[in-house]
Amino acid sequence: MTVRRFVASPYALVVAVAIVVAVLPLVLPSGLYLRVATLVFINALAVLGLNLLMGFAGQVSLGHAAFFALGAYAVAVGPTHLAIPSWAALIGGVALSGLTAFVVGRPILRLKGYYLAVATLGMGLLTALVIGNEVAWTGGPNGMPVPRLVILEWRVSGSQTWYWVAGISLTLGAWVAVNLIDSPTGRAFRAIHDSETAARVLGIDIARYKLIAFVISAMYAALAGAYVALFDGFVTPDTSSFLRSIEFVVMAVLGGLGSILGSVVGAAILVILPQLLTVFHEYEHIVLGLIMIVFMIFLPAGIVPSLAAAARRRAT
Amino acid sequence: MSVLSVDDLGIAFGGLTALDGISFAVPPGDIFAVIGPNGAGKTTLFNVVSGLYRPRRGRVTLDGEDVTGLPPHQLARRGLSRTFQNLQVFFRMSAVENVMVGRHLHERRNVLAHVFTLPSVLRQNRATRRRAEELLALVGLKEAADKPAAALPYGALKRLEIARALATEPKILLLDEPAAGCNPVETQDVDAVIRKIAASGVAVVLVEHDMRLVMQISRRIHVLDQGRTLCEGDAAAVRADPAVIAAYLGVKAGQEAGRARG
Repeated sequence: MTVRRFVASPYALVVAVAIVVAVLPLVLPSGLYLRVATLVFINALAVLGLNLLMGFAGQVSLGHAAFFALGAYAVAVGPTHLAIPSWAALIGGVALSGLTAFVVGRPILRLKGYYLAVATLGMGLLTALVIGNEVAWTGGPNGMPVPRLVILEWRVSGSQTWYWVAGISLTLGAWVAVNLIDSPTGRAFRAIHDSETAARVLGIDIARYKLIAFVISAMYAALAGAYVALFDGFVTPDTSSFLRSIEFVVMAVLGGLGSILGSVVGAAILVILPQLLTVFHEYEHIVLGLIMIVFMIFLPAGIVPSLAAAARRRAT
Repeated sequence: MSVLSVDDLGIAFGGLTALDGISFAVPPGDIFAVIGPNGAGKTTLFNVVSGLYRPRRGRVTLDGEDVTGLPPHQLARRGLSRTFQNLQVFFRMSAVENVMVGRHLHERRNVLAHVFTLPSVLRQNRATRRRAEELLALVGLKEAADKPAAALPYGALKRLEIARALATEPKILLLDEPAAGCNPVETQDVDAVIRKIAASGVAVVLVEHDMRLVMQISRRIHVLDQGRTLCEGDAAAVRADPAVIAAYLGVKAGQEAGRARG
């Protein structure tokens, strides 16, 4: 009885993610696969945050690469130009990203639907422009090297170490997301998604809760960005590109909006699939595009929610 | 003293006057009905009173405080709640979660505590759920608690909205066609629920097309036609008013009714 109740609870998902993280190194044959898994986890972290904003609070963002890049450049610029230790730059970058989201979100979250999409798009393009042009600080189009992360005496390096950092962070990120969803804050997010009018009448300050969702999702993206930069040891303006923002959205939608597990699945597919499709050489992108179209046609609610619904139908 | 009063309320949409000089007052525990033909301005009136529309002129007073033009979430804080004619249900949530959202103002809203699910948050969640289940039982939806709202029939959703609005612990509750889509038995249930709510001291203002329900339970009835007040009084007075009969049955019938009496 209690076992069954646990399996039905959202915390089972967190445990599932933890188990995957723990077991994967035992079955993966080489370091290359470990690297790919690390990238999946880091991307999933960003998508998880975006899913809180889009899938739960129902607010779109086409500019989340801006926050991703903010985190990435914080760990590059902080230690290089400002002599900030990289662990402090990591925390600072996440905090700065949250603060930026707070300041930018106030005016633009009043917009709805397409208008919000265009405003967030503008925010992303603007960030990419600044990063590309501030050559003295960011290295411009060439990017810049990122010093190793050192926490006290511990040098965080090697694919083994980063695998565990990314895996444990993703598990914690999923735990926080699940916590939020089943709290008054999460209920406010979901209420806003379904009916802003009803949410307001019930006393929910919708401007405040949209802003909270935006800030939290920006902090997830910044943490992911910082990890990617530290993991690669190098950062380029690609982190802030429009394509990066779109990739996050596609991962969230493909995996399933409003699904924690969907965020991980969506990230996994979009990170792994291009690696597998290299056998198609120049047709790689065409095949990738076709696969995505087929997924959306047959699993319109996203992979995880659509499959879950199909499983429920079979069970009854 | 009245818990809600409306003075000389007026609003227009692009030159079209939707409400013109509406005034009334509702004491605590009252059951007050607003009726009128289609397009009379009943829902517009609710939208102005609940803060969704800003009136062009006039005043809305809650508990003696001028609240004209305040946003809906601040009116909720001052004890005003409502349901909707065209359902505004949270369809992606379960029935009980819908009602739990209504407890928002009575919950501690510390986001950091929510992020880490402190034990106090779990305790609060349990208390919120318990209260929500009580309210579902009150409207006869106890069995539906964990069903997705999208799976409930129309009449049940109407009652779900009542439970959700009650969860805010309002002093004044606006019900927009609570019996719409209900069969006669369910309508009797709604009738009983409304009486119970009023008996607990909450003032109920309802818009309703089911005249039998309105005449049965309302202490006072306010009749609107084309954005203006036709008359206000108890059931007997309203039923006998020639202007009301004219508005409902057409001018000719009204004249005949007048002649028949004269």
